[in-house]
Amino acid sequence: MMTKTSIFGAALLSILATGASAAEPSILVQSTTSTQNSGFYDYILPIYKSETGVTVNVVAVGTGQAIKNAQNCDADVLLVHARAAEEKFVDGGFGVARSDLMYNDFVIVGPTADPAGIDGGKDAVAAFETIADKKTLFASRGDDSGTNKAELRLWEKAGIDTEAASGDWYRATGSGMGATLNASVGMGAYTISDRATWISFGNKGDYKITVEGDPVLFNQYGIILVNPEKCPSVKTDLGQQFIDWLTSPHGQQLINDFKLDGKQLFFANANK
Amino acid sequence: MQDFAGAFGLAFGLIASGDPDLFEIVGLSMRVSLTALLLSCLIGFPIGALLVVRKFFGRGIVIALVNSMMGFPPVVIGLLVYLALSRAGPLGWLGLLYSPTAMIIAQTLLIAPIVAALSRQVLEALQAEYDEQFRSLGVSRGSAMLALIIDGRYGLVTVALAGFGRAVAEVGAVIIVGGNIEHLTRVMTTAIALETSKGDLGMALALGIILMSIAVSVNLGASALRAVAERQAYA
Repeated sequence: MMTKTSIFGAALLSILATGASAAEPSILVQSTTSTQNSGFYDYILPIYKSETGVTVNVVAVGTGQAIKNAQNCDADVLLVHARAAEEKFVDGGFGVARSDLMYNDFVIVGPTADPAGIDGGKDAVAAFETIADKKTLFASRGDDSGTNKAELRLWEKAGIDTEAASGDWYRATGSGMGATLNASVGMGAYTISDRATWISFGNKGDYKITVEGDPVLFNQYGIILVNPEKCPSVKTDLGQQFIDWLTSPHGQQLINDFKLDGKQLFFANANK
Repeated sequence: MQDFAGAFGLAFGLIASGDPDLFEIVGLSMRVSLTALLLSCLIGFPIGALLVVRKFFGRGIVIALVNSMMGFPPVVIGLLVYLALSRAGPLGWLGLLYSPTAMIIAQTLLIAPIVAALSRQVLEALQAEYDEQFRSLGVSRGSAMLALIIDGRYGLVTVALAGFGRAVAEVGAVIIVGGNIEHLTRVMTTAIALETSKGDLGMALALGIILMSIAVSVNLGASALRAVAERQAYA
């Protein structure tokens, strides 16, 4: 006969068994799918670990969800790309301070056949207007991520109501950057991506960058220590150490050195 | 498509090269899902047996409830466990979110109802056979449950395999409560989701092939064990 104690005993054992591995120092970072999918963490975290002995555990979700998780105190550090939302996070007392970390830019990618005829353009808003005019398919992240927020700002500037077109030519995938690129390639839709994810994306098919170089496509990443006054579980020293390292000349150099196919993916710009 | 042909080569290459990351991911998948299965059997078998031996008022409703819980979406379970284990949640002080333990809890909640509902079905048939004996011998409820579980063990192995299959293949719950953290909570299904989103479809498919091979091996192993045991029992 299985007694209650044996069930709880087994449950307890499994918890103890998994808890034992938490001995080495580690921090939890809430971050974005764009930084993970581009391989940035695979590159930089092993270097950090070898220099400091600290393991950095990254949960990569959309910026909106990352901020929400950090507000629930499920993070030590927040590394995302949606300046307005980040400042709101700090102003709300959830973060200690925000520093710029690095930037790259967004690009509008689409099929080589270019059904909307926007290829080679330098004006992102005009390109969006053309896509809407011609009702060519466009895939949106639709997940409140940093990229999604940047995209929605462009539609707003173009004066287009995407809500009305949703399900028609405007397709909100509700998923990460890579998944949305897969969906775009699958259905022949244009989409907007951060450059790093695009460069490292392995399923490009016959897709290419159609519009780039517009200043409105600037994409700034920021880094924030979660406020220990709101969240007592925050590892303040370890979290700050990680931020200081990334924003130091050494960390900034490493960010600039991260290349794929000879192309630099992120440009360090911490103002220290 | 070249992805399919390439994926098989890649899958075998990965296994043959003894890639440590792969073994770590497979190992964690097994550890999480097998622990969840063990806990689910400890919870589900007695519940299944109890629902068979005890004819209480409202039993039909409880059975219907347990049966419908088999269809609970993993992502909803993941969300509930996240809300409970988050630092802002009622169990936040345990600090279990984004750990293998959180994944075990989520998968246990996911498959315990499956184990309970299916074992009830398996044991129901056995109970019909044993009912008279139990009554004439005046067997206590506890002993009757134990006898049913022991004598129904071959059927219950199939039940456990169904639960294991559901646990090891699910991605919705573990990605929310585990966070797909490299070297900590990354399992086969979340790794497949990640490789897919990187656009590395060949690697994603290769991992999928390995996961399916493991599932097939576990099932073959279980049926072989069962065949041997049955032969010995009836020899």
